[in-house]
Amino acid sequence: MTRPTAPGGAGPGPAGAPGIERPADRTAMRPAVAAAVSTRRGVELALLGFAAVITTGALVLVEANQEQELTWTLLYLGAAYMAILAAAHVAVRKFAPYADPLVLPLAALLNGLGLVMIHRVDLARIARAASLGNDEPTQEALRQVGWTAIGIVFFVGMLVLVPDHRTLARYGYTAGFVGLVLLALPAVLPASLSEVNGARIWIRLGPASIQPGEFAKILFVVFFASFLVVKRDLFTSAGKRFLGMTFPRPRDLGPLLVAWGVAMAVLVFESDLGTSLMFFGIVLVMLYVATERISWVIIGLVIFGAGAFAAWTFVSRVQTRVSVWLDPFADFNGRGFQVSQGLFGLATGGVGGTGLGAGRPELVPFASTDFIFTSLGEEIGLVGIAALLLIYCLLATRAMRSALAVRDTFGKLLAAGLGFAIAWQVFVVVGGVINLIPNTGITAPFVSYGGSSLVANYALVALVLRVSNAARQPASEKRPSPAAGPSAPLAPLAEASTEMVQRDQVRTPPSGVHHQEPAGPAAPTGRAPRGRTRGE
Amino acid sequence: MPELVLQITRAGFLALLWLFVLAALRVVRSDLYAASGLRAAAPGGRRPPRGGTSKPARGGGRSGPKALIVTAGALAGTRIALDGRPIMIGRADDSTLVLDDDYASTRHARISQSGDDWYVEDLGSTNGTYLDRNKVSGPTRVPLGTPIRIGKTVIELRS
Repeated sequence: MTRPTAPGGAGPGPAGAPGIERPADRTAMRPAVAAAVSTRRGVELALLGFAAVITTGALVLVEANQEQELTWTLLYLGAAYMAILAAAHVAVRKFAPYADPLVLPLAALLNGLGLVMIHRVDLARIARAASLGNDEPTQEALRQVGWTAIGIVFFVGMLVLVPDHRTLARYGYTAGFVGLVLLALPAVLPASLSEVNGARIWIRLGPASIQPGEFAKILFVVFFASFLVVKRDLFTSAGKRFLGMTFPRPRDLGPLLVAWGVAMAVLVFESDLGTSLMFFGIVLVMLYVATERISWVIIGLVIFGAGAFAAWTFVSRVQTRVSVWLDPFADFNGRGFQVSQGLFGLATGGVGGTGLGAGRPELVPFASTDFIFTSLGEEIGLVGIAALLLIYCLLATRAMRSALAVRDTFGKLLAAGLGFAIAWQVFVVVGGVINLIPNTGITAPFVSYGGSSLVANYALVALVLRVSNAARQPASEKRPSPAAGPSAPLAPLAEASTEMVQRDQVRTPPSGVHHQEPAGPAAPTGRAPRGRTRGE
Repeated sequence: MPELVLQITRAGFLALLWLFVLAALRVVRSDLYAASGLRAAAPGGRRPPRGGTSKPARGGGRSGPKALIVTAGALAGTRIALDGRPIMIGRADDSTLVLDDDYASTRHARISQSGDDWYVEDLGSTNGTYLDRNKVSGPTRVPLGTPIRIGKTVIELRS
């Protein structure tokens, strides 16, 4: 890795400096950076190989511990996994060559470990069915491999169809509308088509059932990113200062109240705390990222808390969840069974785990979907789970890193929102199974068995890669920026609305933004193209 | 399967998992170098026009320092134009000059303007900030061309 020493190749003297100092021409100083940024696809390939090794090793361990012969199924499973990874890697090489090298391997390893654990639970279910004399249950692992393949198709499709993430800004309202429809659809459909285990968050189409909320998550992030880019002034207008924070004016609370209403409707009509929490959390964090005002988060948390309290008073399903959360052992054989079994599983695993294939994770209901974390926790222990959570953390921070590095505001908000969505979903699901927060029944990204979740998360990762590709791409391969030539007639609409707002506005301390944000010198220049956007 | 083998493979798998995490962290670390270069170069390129338009008086005063130059360390040769706003130096990602130096603190020092003079201020760093040979304790005026040492990095104000 070459260090970015002495931009321009010159020493400390002023000889190297003039190239950097040329005003307003950003491209002039970028070659120094470009030399330092390699595509790093080799690193990605190596890490993917490592992920494949870990997954295969885990699979072999499971088989060995379960006293299974190394069957052909195993070979198919492993080969299919590697082929899928290889396809994804080739696609990234071709369509997003400068993308972050870590994102895909991290997702792949999570997916691989998930596959192993699903296969492991399959073995237990098959054994139990055999002992009870029932028919052999379908192998979820094989279906999950199929879903992984579909996920990679979505992943590649996303990379191909979205060559520049800024084009998505144009479809902000469409995305928001489609997301809302997807979110509302299960509540409107008859319960026979939408209800699974009490939560109405499904659409069942014959054998396949999809969870539209997973896709709505991405669509909402796209919508909020484009909405906040255009309407940011609305959220930063000064209100009263109180308790050391600048609070917004009451009339500017409208959009937040709408989001709150949607979250509450999901909670009440679909009986789904998880999706509701996901949705509102993303809204709040994106608002915070866009405005840097903690007051929005506080207001949001207060009204969400009030709404959740009201829901707890009126909705019986929410009451059940809360009472289980407060004391899972009160009704051990009934409602608290799942959570307490999960806790026992984690306790059995302890620090080092029982070893892959040596535990009894199948005792927990939904051991391969919502409660896959307790299954993993039982078999790989605290040490393994900590590594797994760290991998999630890395995945989220890579998205945040792309958000910091990318130069357009829409990209920043998009990547930050997507990264946070992953982290937040992990928090909600892990917090649920370890009884930190009420259990909500959403899936762990990439690990849990579940088609919609996997496919949606691969699409999400593709978007993150797209943004990071734009962030790391050297300037020489870029189109001329509008800043350099305002005469460029064919500047895309989305670019016009986002390009002018430079990173200085999001980078806080140096530009003294803490004092009054919208008063920064970039604001007036940023507004002109926005007007153009509306005009068109 | 023998118990011993089971225990060994169990530990081995966990070690492998953590090895992956460490490998990933190494990639993150190498990425930081690229990031610090990007950060340090960007403000210098973008600030001069702004400082020139919003504060013409300062641009006109030819006597004061105009730029901050890194003369030694990993970022040697980097030049940041001064436009009246304080310069934050440290390992934090949002610093004006992002140092990737084991001897630098997250928020190490601030160089800010007061009147026509620039002052350096240590922000409670672990290893201290040195103006020429003297350790900086409070806000200290920085004469032109006097080296400020932060870890392995040396910076100077130039006119």
